[in-house]
Amino acid sequence: MRTPAFLRVVEGEARVYRRVWRGSVISTFLNPVLFLAAMGLGLGRLVDERTAGAGLDGLTYLAFLAPGLLAATAMQTGAGDSSWPVMAGIKWRKTYDAVLATPVGVASLTVGHLAWVGIRLVFVSVAFVLVMAAFGAVGLAAGLTAVPAAVLTGLAFAAPMVAYTAGLKGEQGLTSMFRFGIVPLFLFSGTFFPVSQLPDWLEPLAWVTPLWHGVELSRSVALGTVPVPPPWLSVAYLASWTVGGTWLAVVRMRRRLVT
Amino acid sequence: MRSPLVTARALTKRFGDFTAVDGIDFDVHQGEAFGFLGPNGAGKSSTMRMIGAVSPISGGTLTVLGLDPAADGPAIRARLGVVPQEDNLDQELTVWENLYIYGRYFDLPRQVILERIDELLEFAQLTERRNDTVEHLSGGMKRRLTIARGLINQPDLLLLDEPTTGLDPQARHALWDRLYRLKQRGVTLIVTTHYMDEAEQLCDRLVIMDKGRIVAEGSPRDLIARYSPREVVELRLAPDDHDRAVASLDGLARRIEVLPDRILLYTDDAEATIGDVFERGVEPESMLTRRSTLEDVFLRLTGRRLMD
Repeated sequence: MRTPAFLRVVEGEARVYRRVWRGSVISTFLNPVLFLAAMGLGLGRLVDERTAGAGLDGLTYLAFLAPGLLAATAMQTGAGDSSWPVMAGIKWRKTYDAVLATPVGVASLTVGHLAWVGIRLVFVSVAFVLVMAAFGAVGLAAGLTAVPAAVLTGLAFAAPMVAYTAGLKGEQGLTSMFRFGIVPLFLFSGTFFPVSQLPDWLEPLAWVTPLWHGVELSRSVALGTVPVPPPWLSVAYLASWTVGGTWLAVVRMRRRLVT
Repeated sequence: MRSPLVTARALTKRFGDFTAVDGIDFDVHQGEAFGFLGPNGAGKSSTMRMIGAVSPISGGTLTVLGLDPAADGPAIRARLGVVPQEDNLDQELTVWENLYIYGRYFDLPRQVILERIDELLEFAQLTERRNDTVEHLSGGMKRRLTIARGLINQPDLLLLDEPTTGLDPQARHALWDRLYRLKQRGVTLIVTTHYMDEAEQLCDRLVIMDKGRIVAEGSPRDLIARYSPREVVELRLAPDDHDRAVASLDGLARRIEVLPDRILLYTDDAEATIGDVFERGVEPESMLTRRSTLEDVFLRLTGRRLMD
């Protein structure tokens, strides 16, 4: 054996991606352009006029929004890449069965998939930062320093999402997860407005969501603001979702695929 | 004599309360084409997955290539080729890429993979389609590609689960031809099938499975000789005449099977039996004479047909 098994899985995923990258690249750039234009510029003008920067730590709304949206986009990418594609591998196309018929085992398959998602997250986050900088929301160099935070946020969702998908019978559970999990997190985790705006009883709920930590971390790194949770706590929290999620994903993938 | 490539004793597979494979014994030897013949749900695929070291055994013992699948799964899988029942190729990738990726899963060096791909494309008659994506291939081509993929690591043992299910007759024959060539090269094959003609074409030796158990074992010719008279006269009767004919044919042949649409008379001398049929005043709508097949053996052993 010369190449570790999980890297061979990454290589396989990369080859598949090479065939389908065109569609995904367009949405990778278009998505931040649309959001930053509509929310950052359009809505942002309204917000900035009302607050004169006071309510957002002296930031323009665009600057406030952009790094948070970077983390939220990483969440969506991580969760998305670990849901429908994983279900296809398990059930619809059974490509995972083909992989497992080779010396590659379940742990390498799972870790390889997540490693590939990590690489995708780097692409998507860098693309996002380029758009962000083009909008003048954040300087390019400052924006790029937030990429690791975004990648970690994406992985904190990707890993448990594999575990979740591995237990599903069909597509319904994925649709529900996005409708009742990912979309509400996207909206209410401090991306579009500080969670201090939430009703008091709801605020602690936001604190335990990984996305809130990702948003706060990414924003503080990119803008030099002081985050509500200490950065080390956010990193540790996101890392434990990633590591715990990966462990659970391997367990559940084994239960699903090795029968 | 060399030790068998696969040895199973009291091999069992349970899923919850359901016993899919119920204590079977068999050996597969170097260079032979070994078959599991049986209807859907007989436990053939479960057995294949255990041999393929992807499904843990629930009981008994299993040795594959001298190794224990529970302990040495990756080492076993490195030397196996697997052609699953459902094609699980990467649809978005080209023919060539599918082979390349699979070679990489086996951790073969690039140069080796490149050489083998050219040979395998030739073997699978897909050289011209090398740059086509899989979704544009016909069913027969996909199946040949799946077989080529299973050969990328030059396996000691090739597992084929229902290799021609869903293919049209022409594609089936093309595939059998390829498998026959592999056999000529000395590749050991294990085939599951519910087609008796496939079992007769491909297998040197086979076991007949039903409800998780092995009910008979031997070469196709042995099994037919052992369990079924040489010839079969098949009678089709008008529905109204059916029951009356069954009564009047009683005792006429060595064995009589009454199917919903036909009556089968098993005999050593078809011509004489046909004479007897007319002598008893039975006038079938149509009639044919054929040799006994593995389908007849299965019917005899289980009272059911292979495909229902």
